[in-house]
Amino acid sequence: MDAPAWSDGAQGLDHGLDTFPKLVRQNARRQPDKIAVREKDLGIWQSHTWAVYFEQARLIAQGLASLGFARGDRVAIIGDNRPQLYWAVMATQALGGVPVPIYQDSIEKEVEYIVDHSEARFAVVEDQEQVDKLLSVRERCRHLQHVIYDDPRGMRTYAEPGLTSLVELAEMGKKFELGHPTHFDDEVARGTADDVAIICYTSGTTGVPKGAMLSHRNLIVTARNAARFEGLRADEEILSYLPMAWVGDHIFSYAQAIIQGFAINCPESAATVLHDLREIAPTYFFGPPRIWESILTGVMVRVEDAARPKRAMVHFFLRLAQDIERRRLSRQPIPLWQRLLYPLGSLLVYGPLKDNLGFSRVRRAYTAGEAIGPEIFLFFRGLGVNVKQLYGMTEASVFVTIQRDGDVRLDTVGTPIDGVEIRISDEGEVLFRSPGVFQGYAKNPDATRQTLQDGWIRSGDAGFLDSDGHLKIVDRAKDVSRLADGTLFAPKFLENKLKFSPYVREAVCLGQGRPCVTAFVNIDLTAVGNWAERRNIAYTSYADLAQKGEVYELIQREVERVNRSLAEDEALRGVQIRRFLILHKELDPDDEEITRTRKVRRGYIAQKYAPLIDALYSGRDHVQVDAKVTYEDGRTGTMRADVQIRDVDAVPAQVAR
Amino acid sequence: MSRRAPAGLLLEVHGVSVRFGALIAVNRLSVAIGRGEIVAIIGPNGAGKTTLLNAISGFYHPYEGRIAFEGKDRTHLAPPDVAALGIARTFQNVALFKGMSVLDNIMTGRLLKMGGSFLLEALYWGPAKRQELEHRAFVERIIDFLEIQAIRKTPAGRLPYGLQKRVELARALAAEPKLLLLDEPMAGMNVEEKEDMCRFILDVNQELGTTIALIEHDMGVVMDISDRVVVLDYGRKIADGPPSEVRSDQAVLDAYLGVAHE
Repeated sequence: MDAPAWSDGAQGLDHGLDTFPKLVRQNARRQPDKIAVREKDLGIWQSHTWAVYFEQARLIAQGLASLGFARGDRVAIIGDNRPQLYWAVMATQALGGVPVPIYQDSIEKEVEYIVDHSEARFAVVEDQEQVDKLLSVRERCRHLQHVIYDDPRGMRTYAEPGLTSLVELAEMGKKFELGHPTHFDDEVARGTADDVAIICYTSGTTGVPKGAMLSHRNLIVTARNAARFEGLRADEEILSYLPMAWVGDHIFSYAQAIIQGFAINCPESAATVLHDLREIAPTYFFGPPRIWESILTGVMVRVEDAARPKRAMVHFFLRLAQDIERRRLSRQPIPLWQRLLYPLGSLLVYGPLKDNLGFSRVRRAYTAGEAIGPEIFLFFRGLGVNVKQLYGMTEASVFVTIQRDGDVRLDTVGTPIDGVEIRISDEGEVLFRSPGVFQGYAKNPDATRQTLQDGWIRSGDAGFLDSDGHLKIVDRAKDVSRLADGTLFAPKFLENKLKFSPYVREAVCLGQGRPCVTAFVNIDLTAVGNWAERRNIAYTSYADLAQKGEVYELIQREVERVNRSLAEDEALRGVQIRRFLILHKELDPDDEEITRTRKVRRGYIAQKYAPLIDALYSGRDHVQVDAKVTYEDGRTGTMRADVQIRDVDAVPAQVAR
Repeated sequence: MSRRAPAGLLLEVHGVSVRFGALIAVNRLSVAIGRGEIVAIIGPNGAGKTTLLNAISGFYHPYEGRIAFEGKDRTHLAPPDVAALGIARTFQNVALFKGMSVLDNIMTGRLLKMGGSFLLEALYWGPAKRQELEHRAFVERIIDFLEIQAIRKTPAGRLPYGLQKRVELARALAAEPKLLLLDEPMAGMNVEEKEDMCRFILDVNQELGTTIALIEHDMGVVMDISDRVVVLDYGRKIADGPPSEVRSDQAVLDAYLGVAHE
């Protein structure tokens, strides 16, 4: 294996600053009074400085040490984004341990798998809900000994051994320090850049979760390169609202925040995120496409509720902004009248809207994880929100490519950041190598060998580099297929077109080896519910609303819209959606139909909904279905529904313009 | 089998009757509630459960008998005075100020704790400002406790029913009651909402030490969360004891399943 270009001294890390605990200590010394983390608690934003950040993490570390923490121990971390949990991450790293964050909405079975597989001896969790999960899986997780919780609420009557509150832990830490005054500093000093800093379990669209191990060097170098590429400053504000178990949050809210010394903000609760977003007005923001979609849906629902003149004005200016942005991105001239009207739109619509959404101060925002609908992208960019696409993977410490300011395109994910090399394999798969390339999957050498070959990561995505060096992703390599007549078919592309409709929350397009393309649709309960209420259509539940004739009409119009846009392009004319049905239930990660990051698990869906797929490709206009549902506590049940199927006419070429 | 020994009596209802004309809704009823207990009051429709609650909270005055709270006779107090003693309640049908925000609704629960002059209040100055901030801080703790941060500013009338019930509980808690009377806190809720409400009731009891008397029809809930169950039928008490005993009591079975009354 030839030595990669980045392994020379330029990327070397100073031993005094080569792990995150060391970097936090430096922040605490250099800028002790600068705000490191805010949390909305009891309705007020409470602030903690870097000095507090370091001190609290140190106390937790000493408390863990008093429980017999050994280097290399794994610590499961489960909960919403809370300062205490970020401190626990640092505390674990300070002692040479490895934090293993787990999605907080995981059901017991998933928690059990990861806690057992990672051999976690400790768990630091947010509250009773997570404690209950761990207690019920504990006997099957041999290594788990200590469960530490933050919120004491409801914990009064728990008498199980091995339960400690964070407050007690900190007290134990203080006592421990008296007997071992240099333990913490010694352990921090023993840490090196090549220690594993975190294990992120990725659910993936197939198989069991895999634990990607990232070293301090991976994270520090990658986060720093990306920060330099993007010109991040020390005064950034970020909203830490995405799950801590997702590598993105670890990079943005932990790695980059520590390296640049900027402030993170923890929302009050999952339900208040959009409200907290407005109060914080972050300067640096990340949202996967579904977040941008749901913000857009929220805006459109409110616009539809407005009086007619206002509605007309908003629609006019939004169309104007998107039109201008589309021209700008494709480097076409912008007509004078549009230039003149834009400032008026800023005054009347864009400015107030941005302020209302919390985007008035944002300097750079990102979307990644999946392709974003072009209309959604144009909507936010048109408002003046500098949202850009980036391409990343857990196995690469996130950053592979980013769209540079002034070089944003609709259909690419940007150019490689410093230190990243990209190659396209003969099969059209995107390969890359970088300083962020992971240390392998924990206890899974087979999977590591499949993904990491000669230092190059196989991304599993089909894509190509265009003439300007921009990376363009087509779809998951294994999802791109052909219809029976040989027409190339990339399901994600069609699904994203469907999902631009505020009424469509999720879509699954089918067509591999079939005569035509068909689709499963999940309606957006908020938007369609609102639409139905305004039309006096009564409904009781999602399943009921989904099967209303009027709703089918509504979705049919959306499918026809997609078909019209497909008909404009000769290469896509053949993949128009000819039949669709609205699923009787929402696709749910608890039912394993989508991942916790909301990626469709096609293989599982094809198997689970085989009768529905058969019905789509038969002449029937409705089908009976029994579906297994998993409740939040892990129990399962079945529901029966009668699902209708609709035909949609294909749009011939000449009709579209 | 109570989870902890009640430390003395909080409320004593002794031989109380409530009459509406010729109808005797509650008939010489005696109930004692110990500090820190969760007592469920159950019984068929028209058994006099709500009437009993109304008598305790001062809406109705007993025709005969005595009600003592913390050892002192409180038989003939009006509702505001009862509330000032530390007895708060929620209602069978939600009774919120529909046009007011959730926050303001809960703040009304603090009214009894507010003093000071009208002028200072209007000017939001000096002690009035400090007092307002203290009350607001207390209300925020309740909002956090009941996990309703996301609806703080929402008008109460726009909320779904289950949440309105929770806001009503929040308002009752804002008065820092020693005794909390809940009239069918889970009526009309789905399973998930009921489970949430059960958890909140248990948390209120355990974390805040509040004594709770509740009327409830869902037997699963009653058996799960109460330390003691009092069964009423035709205004009389027919059973009183731990859930496990009451469940198998013949008189209770008769009252629920129906036998011929002579």
